[in-house]
Amino acid sequence: MRSTEYAPQMAQNNPTRFDIALRAARVAFNGVDIFHDLDLTLQEGSFTCLLGPSGVGKSTLLRYFAGLVEGDVSGTITCSDNIALDGRVAYMAQQDLLLPWRSVLENVVLGAVLRDEKPDYEKASHLLTEVGLRDAANLRPAELSGGMKQRAALARTLMEDRPVVLMDEPFSALDPLNRLRLQELAARVLRGKTVLLVTHDPLEALRLGDRVHVLTGSPARLQDAITPKGQSPRNIADPEILAQQAELLGQLGAERSEGAA
Amino acid sequence: MSTQNNPHTNKKALSEHRWLILARPLIIIIALIATWQLLVIVTSAPKYMLPPPADVWHTLIARHAVLLDHAKYTIAETVIGLFAGAALGTLAAIPMALFSPVRFWLMPILLVSQAIPFFALAPLLVLWLGFGLASKIAMAALIIFFPVTVAFFDGLSRTETGWLDLARTMGAGRWRLLTHIRLPAALPAFASGFRVATAVAPIGAVIGEWVGSSHGLGYLMLHANARVQIDMVFACLLILCAFSITQYFIVDRVLRAALPWQPDSLKPVR
Repeated sequence: MRSTEYAPQMAQNNPTRFDIALRAARVAFNGVDIFHDLDLTLQEGSFTCLLGPSGVGKSTLLRYFAGLVEGDVSGTITCSDNIALDGRVAYMAQQDLLLPWRSVLENVVLGAVLRDEKPDYEKASHLLTEVGLRDAANLRPAELSGGMKQRAALARTLMEDRPVVLMDEPFSALDPLNRLRLQELAARVLRGKTVLLVTHDPLEALRLGDRVHVLTGSPARLQDAITPKGQSPRNIADPEILAQQAELLGQLGAERSEGAA
Repeated sequence: MSTQNNPHTNKKALSEHRWLILARPLIIIIALIATWQLLVIVTSAPKYMLPPPADVWHTLIARHAVLLDHAKYTIAETVIGLFAGAALGTLAAIPMALFSPVRFWLMPILLVSQAIPFFALAPLLVLWLGFGLASKIAMAALIIFFPVTVAFFDGLSRTETGWLDLARTMGAGRWRLLTHIRLPAALPAFASGFRVATAVAPIGAVIGEWVGSSHGLGYLMLHANARVQIDMVFACLLILCAFSITQYFIVDRVLRAALPWQPDSLKPVR
C-alpha cells in the first residue's frame, strides 16, 4: 500500500498476547440504560472498530474499557492471562489533550512524569521522529496544526507502550488528507497491539479494523462483526470494502436506494 | 523556553503599532487634563473646590519631598498587602478545590466575609493592629483575598475533563495530578484574579490610612482636606493613580511573561 510514512518501524516488538472479554456490561445515566447485557471480546493483537450513530454509547463503551465510566455501572472485564486490565490501557481521544504549557516532547513523556518516573526522552524523540514531528519537539501545541497535534497525541499514546490502545474518534476532527495519513500511520505503529477504535466513519472502520462492530439502538446492541480481508490500512477503493461499507450503512439504518452499489 | 511565535509577523505588527502603544497613554492623559481644565473654566469653581491642573502640578513639584515620603508608606502597604492577600487566597483556594469538606465549610465563611463592608472593618483593624503598617497591610490583604481565592478556586475546579481522564489512564497520583495538570491549568484564572486584586489593592491601604495613621497618602489627603488644601489632595490622588497604573502594568507584564502559552498572550496588540 502506498504510504507517505515510511520510517523505521517499531512497536511490533511486543505484540499483545491476551484476549479481553467484556461480559454483561451495563451502564445507565439518570436511570436510563445506555446499554445492558452487552458482551464484547477484543481478540489479542487485533484491531476492533466500533461504529454507530452519535449519542448511541460508543464512547461510553470505550470508556468502560478504560475504567473511566462512573456511576450506575455493572459487568465484568476479564483478560485471558488473568491479570487485571487496569493500568494496561493507553487512551487517545478526539481532542489531542496536549497540555498547552508543555512542549511537544514534554507532552509525549507526560505519563512518566505523572507517575513520578524518570522520563525516557530518547524514546520520546524517537517516537516523534516516527510520527513525523522530529522538528516540532520543542514547540508548544499552540504552534502546531490540527494534524500535527493528533500526531503528537499518537506519539504520547505509543510512549505509554501499553498492550491495549483505546481510541475515541481520534481522527474525526482532521481534514480528509490528514485523516488518511494518520490512519496509515496508526495502522502501522499499532500493529500487534489490541486496539479498540470508536468512529462514525464506516470507511475508516473498514480501512483499519480487523473486526468492525456496529452499535445501534437504545439501549444499544452490538451487531455481529464484519471482518474485512487483508492487512490494514486497506484500500478503500476495493469493491469488497465498498460492498462491506454498504452493509455497514445498512446496519446503521440507512435506506437502501436503487442506485446504491 | 522557545518563544518562536512567528517573529516576522510580530515585528511587523510592532513597528506598525509602536507609535500608538507609546502615544495612547499620552493622548488619554492630555485628554483627561484638558477635560479637567475645561470643567474648571465652565463651572468657574473656586480653587478650594476644584483647583486647575496647573496649580496641582505646582504643588506636586513644590511639595514633592513630603508627597514622596508619604507615598513610600502607601506603596509598601499596598505591595505587601497584595502579596499577602494573594498568598492567603492561594492557600484557601487549593484545599477548597481538593477536598470537598473544606469547600463546604469555607465557602459560606468566604461569602459572609464579603457581606461585611470593609470600611466598617478598618477601625477595628486599626484598634487591633495599631496605627502602623500592619493594619493597612491587613486591610489591603483582606480586599485582595476574595478575588484571588474565587478566581483561583474557579480555575482549579474547571480542569478540562479530558486531561483528567488521560491522567487517570496514565495512572497519575493525586499530588502529581495537582502539580502538573490542575495547578498550571488554573494559572490563567489565578492571573485574572490577581489583576483585579492589583487594581483594588491601593483602596485597602488608603482606607486604612484614613481611619488611623500618621503616614501615607491617605493620611496626607485627610489632613490637606481638613485645611482646604485641595491642590494637595489632588496631588495625592494623582500619585495614587500613577502608582496604581504602574503597578497594574508591571503585574500584567510579569503574568504574561510567566504564562506564554496562554492563548491571549500569544497575540499581543493586534
